[in-house]
Amino acid sequence: MNIILNNQSDEIRDGITIRELLDHKKIHTKYIAVEINQKIIPRSKYNQHELKEGDKIEIITAIGGG
Amino acid sequence: MRKLIIDNKEYKSRLILGTGKYKDFEETGKAVEASGCEMVTVAIRRLNIGQDKDSPSLLDVVSPEKFTILPNTAGCYTSEDAVRTCELASELLSGKMLVKLEVLSDSKTLYPNVVETLKASEILVKKGFKVMVYTTDDPIVAKELEKIGCECIMPLGSAIGSGLGIINEFNIREIIENTEVPIIVDAGVGTASDACIAMELGCDGVLMNTAVACAKNPILMASAMKHAIEAGSKAYEAGRIAKTLKGVASSPKDGMITDE
Repeated sequence: MNIILNNQSDEIRDGITIRELLDHKKIHTKYIAVEINQKIIPRSKYNQHELKEGDKIEIITAIGGG
Repeated sequence: MRKLIIDNKEYKSRLILGTGKYKDFEETGKAVEASGCEMVTVAIRRLNIGQDKDSPSLLDVVSPEKFTILPNTAGCYTSEDAVRTCELASELLSGKMLVKLEVLSDSKTLYPNVVETLKASEILVKKGFKVMVYTTDDPIVAKELEKIGCECIMPLGSAIGSGLGIINEFNIREIIENTEVPIIVDAGVGTASDACIAMELGCDGVLMNTAVACAKNPILMASAMKHAIEAGSKAYEAGRIAKTLKGVASSPKDGMITDE
């Protein structure tokens, strides 16, 4: 299925959870936040929350800034 | 000088340092160390997906266990975007509610959009955020932001990254006199004397990034800022002399060898 991950179109397998997506993309989860369709998904829900076709996913982190 | 207390925590250092624009994380870490600061700002951005999983992130270098991490809303031009960014920041930082709110007007001046800033402040305070708010040097706006319940008011000295120092000392002084919450000059510092002046005016602290990160030697400048802020803070407490238009001799008039 198709998702939009950080503003880029991406093809992933159906029914994948956030945790599986993060593992698949080799994302270190310590300092990130995940938003799906502008709704924040708490860390505790990564294992259960399944992605759906067309979901807009934002994975954000802290970078240098003033 | 009154203590600097933000979100129920007392800070010994009155310098808040930005972590943007350094050459690399090593330089960031060393500048933070040299500045003696206890709070650093960070920006909230999309993760660069595909980067090496084991490459360090900023927060591995400037650890939340050691420093207060102040996430900013830099780059936001609407209250909606700023609130959304703060909520993401809070999730990212395990539920921490301290944020630096900045809502800008346009990319040319980076001047704060006061209308959107007031709107965002109200929403964030109601949601329980502790808001350190970047704003203009307008004393009336500062008072309004205090009334809304902002934790700390952060008027600009001059435009972000401009290095022009404190353009309107009178307004900064007026803001300090008219408010009870901590006042931290944010933006415009170019060199150590600017930070010193902010403290001599009676500010509770100074927030800066470019002046340190873009100095020829950022680590040395971080140290200079530390000392400038300490010097300004002591000078404020010591109380400066009044300015006069005529000379006032510091040596006694009597007993001169030329006296007849």
